[in-house]
Amino acid sequence: MAAFKETKLPASAPASQKALTWIDDRFPLSKLWYDQWGRYYAPKNFNIWYIFGSLAMLVLVLQIVTGIFLTMHYKPDANLAFGSVEYIMREVPWGWLVRYMHSTGASAFFIIVYLHMTRALMYGSYRKPRELIWLFGFAIFLCLMAEAFFGYLLPWGQMSYWGAQVIVNLFGAIPMIGPDLSLWIRGDYVVSDATLNRFFAFHVIALPLVLLGLVAAHLIALHEVGSSNPDGIEVKENLGPDGHPVDSIPSHPYYTVHDLFGASVFLLIFSAVVFFAPEMGGYFLEYNNFLPADSMKTPPHIAPTWYFTPFYSVLRATTADFMYVLMGAAAAYIVFIWLKSRLAFKTKALIALVGLVAIIGMLPQVLDAKFWGVVLFGSSVIILAALPWLDHSPVKSIRYRPDWHKYVYLVFGLAFLTLGYLGTQLPTPAFTMLSQVCTLLYFSFFLLMPWWSATGTFKPVPKRVTYHPH
Amino acid sequence: MSNEKQVDSGRRGLLVATCAAGGVVGISTAGALVSTFQPSERAKAAGAPVEVDIGDVKPGEMKVVEWRGKPVWILRRTPEMMDNLSKNNELVADPNSDKVFQLPMPDYCKNEHRSRKEHKELLVTVGICSHLGCSPSSRFTEGPQPNLPDNWHGGFLCPCHGSTFDLAARVFKNKPAPANMDIPPYMFLSDTKIVIGKDEKGEA
Repeated sequence: MAAFKETKLPASAPASQKALTWIDDRFPLSKLWYDQWGRYYAPKNFNIWYIFGSLAMLVLVLQIVTGIFLTMHYKPDANLAFGSVEYIMREVPWGWLVRYMHSTGASAFFIIVYLHMTRALMYGSYRKPRELIWLFGFAIFLCLMAEAFFGYLLPWGQMSYWGAQVIVNLFGAIPMIGPDLSLWIRGDYVVSDATLNRFFAFHVIALPLVLLGLVAAHLIALHEVGSSNPDGIEVKENLGPDGHPVDSIPSHPYYTVHDLFGASVFLLIFSAVVFFAPEMGGYFLEYNNFLPADSMKTPPHIAPTWYFTPFYSVLRATTADFMYVLMGAAAAYIVFIWLKSRLAFKTKALIALVGLVAIIGMLPQVLDAKFWGVVLFGSSVIILAALPWLDHSPVKSIRYRPDWHKYVYLVFGLAFLTLGYLGTQLPTPAFTMLSQVCTLLYFSFFLLMPWWSATGTFKPVPKRVTYHPH
Repeated sequence: MSNEKQVDSGRRGLLVATCAAGGVVGISTAGALVSTFQPSERAKAAGAPVEVDIGDVKPGEMKVVEWRGKPVWILRRTPEMMDNLSKNNELVADPNSDKVFQLPMPDYCKNEHRSRKEHKELLVTVGICSHLGCSPSSRFTEGPQPNLPDNWHGGFLCPCHGSTFDLAARVFKNKPAPANMDIPPYMFLSDTKIVIGKDEKGEA
């Protein structure tokens, strides 16, 4: 470390420059700006799919700011909570706007994050060396789901109450410790004031702190290795005479203007929803949540908010009959691993052992379908984290994959959307069957990825990014 | 820094001891914080038995009362309802109530009707589905209807995940719910008055 040295500027230098130099000698302000954005070189062939990262940032800020103002009027007390939300809606000046911005923001956040993840899936953004970016992003997704879940209890409506009841009871399905664990989470024998208070604490302080830390980690990791692009080419392998990748441009001002335009379009749509359809036909704000929580009466149809429904459908699809299908699928998968994979013998033996224990556990006499429903529900989310290690395709981007891979993605996308739709509907035998088919498709997409992603005739990847100057 | 510097083992030992002591303090503090999540003394005390007047419950009618924050259903079944119960024995997952959900099954209710034999038409059950804790809705009408099988003899349908129960609160086979609904301990104080949460053996 060199000794501290005050940078000398000529006396005629403008005051602003002197001030900045004074700060930069003591804190790396300019360096942070240049590293993280100002001179962060990003590939020049970004398309519309690359807007969702900065939009997610915008919505995060929006949620934090509106959330702060909501806590100034909200009361986390089982007797007062419902009334205080109505008070915000009817009596706090412009309170309705702040609340609708916050509730619409939650749904907007999930739309953006799902699109952001779709982008990663299409262009292989999670592939080496970006595994940690993906894992941080995955943790952000988990954190957001927890935020949404805890936040949904706060209005203390019927859906808040029974949604929390169902999700907390999910933990009760874990053998041995389950019932005590759900009691510990609730802090009472039923969802009650104690539960509301702790969910409030998680929603307004604990999780936002974790979330901000993860967002920082996500961005630092991204700006360290550099962004991927729709061609899946490592632009850093082709540096120009100035030491920067020839296929990259500084984020500022080039992507700053793109992002500002994107933000304007987003805010236009967002405002339209806030002002004209804040309930979005019962999808953003469910009608039953306009009734105060009643521990004596479950609403005739309870469904989680739309962003949880794909995973919720997986939970519902796991019935006692379906367990036999799952046992068959697990057995087939073990055989497949032994025949087709080039994993080490020990790894194969371990997979077979875990698989066999799972199959025995799926017998109706051992663990019931309720437990496995929870396991599949959890796995359907967690499996996303494994993507960087499941994808063995020699190319990153979908552009240079065999054409039939696009159909695989399409089937997966349709299965995911179907699960999402079914999760909003009442269960009928036909719907249950359909959700079981989609559950199998969903898991097959991931578990068979090491094979299908490496199969087929791949197209040659160009040396330079595809870019048409405009 | 050269590698040749000697490690002072006395100081290294003290360093380890200090870290261990700090770790113990840290873990104990975390333990205290985690413990604050347990039900408070007030929550534990709120589970007292409740007395219910059942004189106004006519045959085929159901009354809902609150016990320990949960709905308890009191249903006076009609003779037809009672006759239909045996028709379900083949269709329900656990006809003899061998499997326990949250409360131990009182011995005096371990029968097909899941009620006390001196008042066997009266069903007293905690109206909470054993799947994920929703409160099922009443579907007493017999025959085919939406979301229910065609050979329906009356019972309860959980709106959350479609579990069905018969009029003795026994769960049908191949449903998400793994067990029958709980029967709380209860006893008759008179012909028109029962107490829930307490029986001859004492309070639950």
